Amino acid sequence: MHRSLQTWLLVAQRLGVALITLVIVSFAVFFATELLPGDVAEILLGQAATPEAVAGLREAMGLNEPAISRFLSWLSGLATGDMGRSYVNDIEVADLLGRRLSNSLRLAVVVTVICVPFALTCGIAAAMWKGSILDRLVSILTISVISIPEFMVATLAVLVFAVWLSWLPALSYGADASNFGALLKAYAMPVITLTCVVSAQMIRMTRAAVIETINTPYVEMALLKGASRRRMVLRHALPNALGPIANAVALSLSYLVGGVIIVETVFNYPGVAKLMVDAVATRDLPLIQSCAMVFCVSYLSLITLADVVATLSNPRLRK
Amino acid sequence: MMQNTQSTPRKFSTERLGYAFNTTGKIGLAVILFWAVIAVIAPFITPYPPGKIVDWDYFGPISESYWMGTDYLGRDILSRVLMGARYTVGISLAGVTLACMGGVVLGMIAAVIGGWFDTILSRLLDAFNGIPSLLFGLVVVAAVGSSIPVLILTLAAIYLPGSYRFARALAVNVNTMDFVTVARARGEKTTYLIRTEILPNILGPVLADLGLRFVFIVLVLSGLSFLGIGVQPPHADWGGLVRENIEGLSLGAPAVIFPCIAIASLTISVNMFIDNLPQKIRDRSH
Repeated sequence: MHRSLQTWLLVAQRLGVALITLVIVSFAVFFATELLPGDVAEILLGQAATPEAVAGLREAMGLNEPAISRFLSWLSGLATGDMGRSYVNDIEVADLLGRRLSNSLRLAVVVTVICVPFALTCGIAAAMWKGSILDRLVSILTISVISIPEFMVATLAVLVFAVWLSWLPALSYGADASNFGALLKAYAMPVITLTCVVSAQMIRMTRAAVIETINTPYVEMALLKGASRRRMVLRHALPNALGPIANAVALSLSYLVGGVIIVETVFNYPGVAKLMVDAVATRDLPLIQSCAMVFCVSYLSLITLADVVATLSNPRLRK
Repeated sequence: MMQNTQSTPRKFSTERLGYAFNTTGKIGLAVILFWAVIAVIAPFITPYPPGKIVDWDYFGPISESYWMGTDYLGRDILSRVLMGARYTVGISLAGVTLACMGGVVLGMIAAVIGGWFDTILSRLLDAFNGIPSLLFGLVVVAAVGSSIPVLILTLAAIYLPGSYRFARALAVNVNTMDFVTVARARGEKTTYLIRTEILPNILGPVLADLGLRFVFIVLVLSGLSFLGIGVQPPHADWGGLVRENIEGLSLGAPAVIFPCIAIASLTISVNMFIDNLPQKIRDRSH
């Protein structure tokens, strides 16, 4: 009873750290975008603005208040779901984001569903037959995918599936696909690319986690007792590697966040990342800030989840 | 990494003075040196001026006069890839040097001083690790505008926390050793401890880490350029070249493929080189 209480305290502490981190991150995001040279009001009104008009707009937008109080009101707005209005098209940021977010999440869920079983199978198999041709092939493939930029994986996917095999269209529109086949085709390219990027990481981490457990004395004991290699890995090593594997899965899913930025741009997929890249092009500050926060929150929660899983599964980490 | 843990550690058998590299490591090193040389001499060996339109056709195929085809405006890709090496290698190298120098110095100071300084710095830098790297670049560059110094500083800022964490972990181990305690008892200053006692003992792993971070920086820089906020036209690094010519992808144009190959050849060979570094350099602190 005492022990489990201690564990939960540790988890609560980790969550607290994540919350503090989130505040620091939002601080960084806010002030990075505040660095924008020139005055927002001047940019909005354009070249022909009179000084009076600029002053009026500054007053209306609350730009005359000190940065710190603007930061606080922005933060409290975020917490209550009020993200302000987009400068460029004067729509509530929350409305713009909502639709895009569901698109991005759909992509992420599909990738996760494909990726996790695939990567776990590959990683465990590679660890089980460590040093075999299969293991070396998997190692070379994963390290190649990790060493090249995400857009290159996307480029290769287009070259193979759209240009040489011409199975799929080169660009995805993600929008309303009427029947299942068309939907599948529209999603195929982004999903293939992201799956490659994320599963490469996941396979490597899973393999490392399983190999680490295989190297422990009790697994060696199982081998010495005459257990087969398969039994040794699946019965003795795997249950103990579950914690590290779950940790690996959550950590590699955080690569989705970076990958999705590139993939949505390449394939013109209407998700949050595309929205943000477009907002960067038009310097639409409230939109950039909100999109950045969406990414930071998802990234942080995945990393925190990975840490919490590791703490819960490994008694040694509980000190 | 993986191959190395498998091979039995050569104990005291290698008594050669020089460091021995295996074939994979040598190939990696050769490719790295090749691109480093190209980055320096690029302006003298480009067959055409990189910004000049030399072909009437766009997305031209590989031919006698244009070894890598031509781009969307009819510029020679070979010349642009050679010049791109300057931007990609140069910016990444400057970024990784800054990141690692800053990270290692701060890490060593934190390990030696310890206490609240260490705690606060570690917590703060950990918080920055909570921002995805590409996103951080996107926000900063969007805010301050894109120029080469901004790119270098941003990339350095992204990878400084990781480097700090790595160096601090190594330095904390060295810090507990007897010779450091002795030096401290002698009354040596922090600067002396860092420079003379700690740094030489963590240098090998730190340099290996620098190599890996270089790869990450090349990838993020290419990503930023690909999104259009890296090196600005008319100049282009390799990521920028891919962006410019992405329209030619559905035609299978060489203009997209060659810059990609250039990036991959650099990053993969750095990985190959680092993975095959002699144990002597990699694991000095262990």
